[in-house]
Amino acid sequence: MESGATRFGLRIWTVLVVLFLWLPLVLIGIYAFNSSNIQSWPIPGWTLHWFATAWHNPDVRSSLWLSVRVGLITTGIALVLGSMAAFAIHRFRFFGRESVSFLLILPIALPGIITGMALNSFFVFAGLGLSPWTIVIGHATFCVVVVYNNVLARLRRTSTSLLEASMDLGADGWQTFRFVVWPVLATALIAGGLLAFALSFDEVIVTTFTAGAQTTLPIFILDNLRQGQQFPIINAVALAVIVLTVIPVTIAQRLTRDTGVLRSTAATAAAAAESVEVTTV
Amino acid sequence: MRRARLRFSAVFWRRPWFKGLALLTPPVAAFLLIYVGALTVLFISAFWSVDSFTGKLEHIWNIENFRIVFSTTDPTYLRIAGRTIGIAAAVTLTDAVLAFPLAYYMARIARPRTRTLVFVLVLLPLWSSYLVRIYAWRLILSNDGVLNWALGGVGLPHLNIGYTNWAMWIVFSYVWLPFMVLPVYAALERIPDNYLEASGDLGASGFRTFRSIIVPLALPGIVAGSIFTFSLTLGDYVTPLLVGGAGSSFIGNVVYENIGVNANVPFAAAFATVPVIIMAVYLVIARRLGAFEAL
Repeated sequence: MESGATRFGLRIWTVLVVLFLWLPLVLIGIYAFNSSNIQSWPIPGWTLHWFATAWHNPDVRSSLWLSVRVGLITTGIALVLGSMAAFAIHRFRFFGRESVSFLLILPIALPGIITGMALNSFFVFAGLGLSPWTIVIGHATFCVVVVYNNVLARLRRTSTSLLEASMDLGADGWQTFRFVVWPVLATALIAGGLLAFALSFDEVIVTTFTAGAQTTLPIFILDNLRQGQQFPIINAVALAVIVLTVIPVTIAQRLTRDTGVLRSTAATAAAAAESVEVTTV
Repeated sequence: MRRARLRFSAVFWRRPWFKGLALLTPPVAAFLLIYVGALTVLFISAFWSVDSFTGKLEHIWNIENFRIVFSTTDPTYLRIAGRTIGIAAAVTLTDAVLAFPLAYYMARIARPRTRTLVFVLVLLPLWSSYLVRIYAWRLILSNDGVLNWALGGVGLPHLNIGYTNWAMWIVFSYVWLPFMVLPVYAALERIPDNYLEASGDLGASGFRTFRSIIVPLALPGIVAGSIFTFSLTLGDYVTPLLVGGAGSSFIGNVVYENIGVNANVPFAAAFATVPVIIMAVYLVIARRLGAFEAL
């Protein structure tokens, strides 16, 4: 029903908005190769020098290592707790079932600053010193829901009669899990895990409240941006961070082509909105 | 060995509630103990105060913190709340305007391959580093950045909008845009083609169909998207910190300062209830407009 002119206009608009989304990212990619340490445009020349400098910078190394450790442990916790909750919600009908979903979604429905502030006062109140573990707890609160959503979506499209058939044929619980449940779930778990890692690796708001004097990679970037220091190193690190978060998300997208990262992001968003609604009504 | 395993699974099979309980307890207990516990303590502490000499928390119930936040004689905090809400509203409007034609193109015009491509192109920036995306705009808006280079190139005067409310408006709109595209796209995709055909058969012009069929059916999607753009802007403190100038604090910045440097957790908690209450009201209105069915 759209006229040719309308279609053309919409196409142009789409191209412009996509360019708006991508040009800043492309720009980061260009500045990372800037031969000058003054950040002006256009850049005077090209160099690979800053990648080497960043790689050998002890602060970058230690913060990268902390981020990777925190990300891996968080992912582990999110996988275990998220899939447990997904299994329970999928298999059983019980009183308060909706409030469980609500509980898991709360940390992404509330502004990060509230989650961070609450956890910070809790750790102080409980006398827990801030350590990598407090960062992990902070990240795990909002990463569990990513795994939960991915696993639950997959379970909903898997018939429970498969499990009954397996049991009827004489398989025990472990065998059913190994040969029926696992093959169905594996990609959903890997995708959920990759997304959880990407979320944790990039998180800054909750982290500032739970890290204390420790520096994760995003906090290293934030600190240097605020103090206006080491811009060439930040450029190189920024490009690396973009690549490092985009790769897991792309892999996760391919693994869950049927539901997809896109859909699971939308589903997470939907669930968040629904759950907030529960509190307000 | 196999026998023991069989017996073990039989126990679980016969008493499903037992398995449910075993599966559910660890995640729920962890969340209740740590997360909900922490939130509760926080909001109760909004009614406490801090001794100005010792800096220690005093467990005396009072509403002094709320009185400071809502004071009209010294409207510092009301002004900050107003700025936060105003920019959040502007960002929401901007994202709706940017997202609608794009979502319409994806849902109703693009071929499946193109649609997937645009979907990925919109979503990947959402997942790439939030901090880096803010930083990119600092580079663009700085005095000798891309913007002024481009303006100079076409003979226009330089703009110095780095570190102003304008910069915050642009950066927030940029960072949250994908959150608006997704629900609007979902709402538009769901409109059956024959509604539009019926409208045309009944003699409506293209514009009339757009106004009477498409907009009302897409509205819940726009409201759903606005929940994210509005709420995420309300709770942010990094963007004002990095691209806002002097005197561009958000609610989040006041909260952040009162946790870290000169700690006054009760006051921070009291101020933090403002975005939470605003969002609660917003969600009630959104529900009336059918935003939750659109997701």
